[in-house]
Amino acid sequence: MSDDLTTLRLRVNGETRAVVFPTHHTLLEVLREELALTGTKHGCELGECGACAVLVDGRPVLSCLALAAEMEGREIETVEGLQIGNELHPLQATFADLNAAQCGYCTPGILMTAKALLAENPRPSGDEIREALAGNLCRCTGYHKIVEAVDWAAARMRGEEGTPPAEVFYGSPVPDAPRV
Amino acid sequence: MAEPIRKITPEEDPAPEREPRLIGKPFRRVDGRAKVTGATRFADDLSFPRMCWVRLVRSTVPHAVIRSIDLGEAEKVPGVLGFLTGKDFPIPFGILPVSQDEHALCPDKVRFVGDPVVAVAATTEDAAYEAAWKVKVDYEPLPTIGSVQEALDTPEPRIHDYGDEGNLHKVVSMTFGAVEEGFAAADEIFEDTIWYEGNTHLPMEQHSAVAVPEDDDRVTLWSSSQTPHYVHRALTKVLGLPASRIRVVACSNGGGFGGKSDPFNHEIVVAKMALKLGRPVKITLTREEVFLCHRGRHPVLMSVKTGIKRESDGRVSITAQRLQTALDGGAYGSYGVASTYYTGALQTVTYKMPAYEFQGVRAFTNKPPCGPKRGHGTPQPRFAFEVHLDKIAAKTGLNPADLRLGMLAEPDTVTANWLRVGTMGLGKCIEAVVAGSGFRERWGKLPPGRGLGLACGSYLCGAGLPIYWNHMPQSGVMIKLDRSGGVAVFCGQAEIGQGSDSVLAAIVAEILGVSLSDIRLCVADTDLTPVDLGSYSSRVTLMMGNAAVQAAERAREQIAQAVGQQLEIPSGRLVFADGRVFDATDPDTGLSFQDAVIATEARFGTLATTGSYIPPRSPGKYRGAGVGPSPAYSYSAAVIEVEVDPATGLWNPLHVWIAHDIGKSINPVLVMGQVEGGVYMGLGEVMMEESAFRRLPRHLSNALVHKFPSMLEYKSPSFADMPPVTTYLIEDPDPQGPFGAKEVGQGPLLPVMPAVANAIYDAVGVRIDQSPIHPHMVLKALQAKAKGDEARFGPKAFPEVDFGETLLVPTPAQGGDGKAINDFKDKLRSGMRSASGTMMSREEALRNKKVSVLTTELKGAR
Repeated sequence: MSDDLTTLRLRVNGETRAVVFPTHHTLLEVLREELALTGTKHGCELGECGACAVLVDGRPVLSCLALAAEMEGREIETVEGLQIGNELHPLQATFADLNAAQCGYCTPGILMTAKALLAENPRPSGDEIREALAGNLCRCTGYHKIVEAVDWAAARMRGEEGTPPAEVFYGSPVPDAPRV
Repeated sequence: MAEPIRKITPEEDPAPEREPRLIGKPFRRVDGRAKVTGATRFADDLSFPRMCWVRLVRSTVPHAVIRSIDLGEAEKVPGVLGFLTGKDFPIPFGILPVSQDEHALCPDKVRFVGDPVVAVAATTEDAAYEAAWKVKVDYEPLPTIGSVQEALDTPEPRIHDYGDEGNLHKVVSMTFGAVEEGFAAADEIFEDTIWYEGNTHLPMEQHSAVAVPEDDDRVTLWSSSQTPHYVHRALTKVLGLPASRIRVVACSNGGGFGGKSDPFNHEIVVAKMALKLGRPVKITLTREEVFLCHRGRHPVLMSVKTGIKRESDGRVSITAQRLQTALDGGAYGSYGVASTYYTGALQTVTYKMPAYEFQGVRAFTNKPPCGPKRGHGTPQPRFAFEVHLDKIAAKTGLNPADLRLGMLAEPDTVTANWLRVGTMGLGKCIEAVVAGSGFRERWGKLPPGRGLGLACGSYLCGAGLPIYWNHMPQSGVMIKLDRSGGVAVFCGQAEIGQGSDSVLAAIVAEILGVSLSDIRLCVADTDLTPVDLGSYSSRVTLMMGNAAVQAAERAREQIAQAVGQQLEIPSGRLVFADGRVFDATDPDTGLSFQDAVIATEARFGTLATTGSYIPPRSPGKYRGAGVGPSPAYSYSAAVIEVEVDPATGLWNPLHVWIAHDIGKSINPVLVMGQVEGGVYMGLGEVMMEESAFRRLPRHLSNALVHKFPSMLEYKSPSFADMPPVTTYLIEDPDPQGPFGAKEVGQGPLLPVMPAVANAIYDAVGVRIDQSPIHPHMVLKALQAKAKGDEARFGPKAFPEVDFGETLLVPTPAQGGDGKAINDFKDKLRSGMRSASGTMMSREEALRNKKVSVLTTELKGAR
C-alpha cells in the first residue's frame, strides 16, 4: 500500500476545497471521507452499480473509478449541490413526490446522471431516459417512477405546467368485469 | 405491565365519522426530501471522533477445522490497533431461539467460504485491509456438502452438532385432514416436480455498522438493520452485558428485502471491538461480503401432487394436495426453521383445499446461509402451485382464470391447516388483470412466439407470532405532545425504504388532525423507542399502524376532554382536522391544535400516550402452527405477456398487469412503489437472478464458491429490462388493519414468476418447471418437443427423504380443535407451554403466575 499523499484544490459544487489524501484514493473516497459529502453513495466500488455517479465538467462519472488526484481544475458536482438555495431542483422535487426515491441509496447517482441528460436533451423520450440511466441500478422502485419523475422534471424545467396522470399515483382504474 | 390491548369502540370515539384528510391520498413521503438531497444518514455516512476501522478475515475454504491463526505479520502493519478471534466470542447467537448456531468469529471450525475468523482494527480502513490480508489461518479441510442430495447421502461428518438428523437441519411432516381419501376420491391426479434456484436481495447499500463506546460501560451500535430489536437481543447475549447498557439504532436502510434482518457477525464484532479499544469502530462490508452474508432465497426442490374433481357446474375443485419441499439451507440456521414451514404454510389460503399434507426438509450445506427474502419461503411453492394449476387448466380445458375463480378460498373461513382467512380480494384481483389484459380474448390465441400467463399469490400482513416466545406487544408506539403544538412519535420500527416512517406519521396526523410537518419521528432506537419487532414479514403497516391508532386515539380522547370542558361542549362533538379542534355542529367554535394541547397540558399535566398491538391468537394449536397465521392476508394476481424467439429460446416480458388487494392504501403512491418494485424483483428472479455456486478444482481446495459475487456478474434487471406495468389497487378495507390497510411489500412479487412460466407455455407450448428461466432451457424444451419427447425442462425427481411420523391434524371441517391427535413430546422448555402443547396465552400465563414465562426470554439465555 502506497503511503504517498496528494495535496490539491478541488472544485466541488462551485466551491474550492483544499484536500490532502492518500494518492491512490478515489474521488468517491475523497468526497465522502475528506470533504464529508456523504450524499454520494457506493454500492460496489467496482463501477458496476452507478450509485457513486457525480458530474465532472458536466458529464456523469463513476467516482469509485476516478482518482481524486486527477481532478484538479475540474468542476465536480454532487447531489449536495443540486438544490438551489433551500429550493429543491425540479428533479429532486419530482423524485420525492413520485416515490422515485424509496430507500434513496441509488438516488444521488441517478439524480446526477439525469441532470446531465437534461442538460444535453431537455425533451428526452422515455427510451432516451432509460438509456441514459441504464448504468444505474435500483432495487426498490422497478424504475418506472424514476422515468416518470425525470420526464415530469424535464417538463417543469421547460416551463410546462401539469402533473403526471392519476394512474401514476393511484394505479389504473379497475376495469369493470362481470364475473363469469 | 402494559394495559390490556383495547380498541376504542365507536361509541366512545370522540370524533364523528368523517372522510380522512390524508389517508388514501398521495403525499410526499416524510423522508422524501432528505433522500433527494443526500441528507439521509445511512450507517456508512456516520463518523465519530477517533473512529477506527475493522476488517474481517474470512474463510477461504468451505469446511475445515481451524488449526492455527498467525497474526505475526499483520501486527506489524502500521496503524493496527487490535485483533479479535473466535476465543473472544464463546457465546453463540442466531435469529431463532432454536438455531443459536453462529459465532461472531468462528471458534474452531469454518463452514463456508466467507465465514469470518479474525477481526482486525486499525486507524485507517487501508491499514485494516492490509493487516487482514497478512493474517495467516491454517485449516484442516473437512468433506464438503454442496446440495440437499449430498446432505442426505452424507450424514457424517456433520456440519453442525445439532439438527433433526445428520446434516438435515429440519424435517417436517404434517397432515391436515383425509389426504389419501381425497386422492382416492379425485377424478384425476396431477403431479409435478419443480425447482426454484436461490437468489439474493442485492440491496444497493452494503451493510455497515458503527459501534460507539459510551460512559459507564455502555455501547451504542448504529447499523443498517431491519430488526434493531433482535440485534439488541443478540448483542446482549454475546457481549454478556445487561440489555439496558446496549443501544441499537437502525439507520435508514439502503434497501433490505430481508437481507438485513438477521443479527450479523460484523455488528457484534464492532461492538466488542469498540468496548475493547475504547473508541468508535466502523465496518462497511464490500459488495463481495454482502453476497457472502446472504440470507437470501433458499434453493428449493419441490414435488406437488393434487387431486381434482370435475364438478357438475363445470368447475374444478381440489380434493387434496401433498407438497414436498427440500431446502438447501447453507451453512447456518438463520431463519431456516421458519423458512421450512413457510414453504408449506400459505398453500391453503388462495384456493379451497379440504385436505393438505406438507413435508419439508432443510439441509445444511457448505455455502452462505439462506434466510428470508421478500416472500420468505413462499415464492418457491407458489411458483410450483401456480405452474401446476396452469397444467391442470390445460388438461381440463378450462381457462386458467375460470379454473382459479371456481376454486377460490372463501373469506372469513379457517383453512385445513388452521389459518384464519379474513377479507379475501383474490377474485377481484383476477378479474381486474383478466379484463385489463384481455386475457379471455387473447389467451391461447396469440400468434406463435407470443403468450399470456396468469398466476396468483397471497402473503401475510405480519407473522402472528414473534420470533421468540413472549406475551408482550409486537409493536409499541408512544406519542408526546406539548405546548408547542408539535407531536413527537416514538416507535421501534425501521425504515428500510418501504415508507414505514410515512405510514406512522400519516396515521397520527390523520387522527389528531394535524399536518405531516407537525409530526416529528424518533424510530428504531432501542434506548428511546418502544419495541417494534422490525421490518420483516410485512408486519409494519398493520402492527405498528394499529399501535399508532391506539396511541393517537388516546391522545385525541384526552385533548377532547380538556377542550370540551373549556368550550363547554360535549367532547364527543369535537372534530380534529386541519390543525384545529372544533365543534362539528358549529365549526367556527374551536381551538387551534396548539391551543387545544395547551388546554390539555394545563388540565392533565405533561402529555404522553402509548399504543400497543398484539395480533389475535391463531386457532391452530399443533406443533408448527406458529408459522403461517397472520391477522390478515393480502392477495395478488398478475397477467404477463411475453415474446419468445423459438430459434434461440430468448424471451422477454412485454407487459405486466398486476392487481393487489391492499385493503386500503394509507398512501397510494407508496403502495404503487411497492407493487412496481415487487414486480421488478419477481421479474429479476425469473429472468436472471441466481445465487449459483461451483466447486473449485481439487488442487484449489475443492471449495464451493459463489459464481457471481459481484453486481456485474450477478445479473439483475436494469432500466432497459423493465416492461410496462399496469397496476390495479383493489381496496376492500380489512377490519384487522389500521384504516383497513393490508400489506403490499411482499405479496405483489409472488405471482410474477409463475405468470411468466405460464406465458412461455402459451407462447411456445413448452413447460419450464424451474426458475430462473434461461433461454437454453426454453430451447432444450423446444428441441424435446420437436423430437416428440416431453415438451418440458425441469428437474426429474424429488429425493428420497424419510420424513418420519407425520403430525395428524384434523381440519375444521372434520370437527378438529386445531390440535394434533398424535402430538409429539415437546422438545422446548416446558415452562413456555400449556397442557395443549402450544404457547400459553398471555392470560393463562398471568393466571398461573408464570411470571418467569413472561420474562426469561429477555435475558437471552440459552
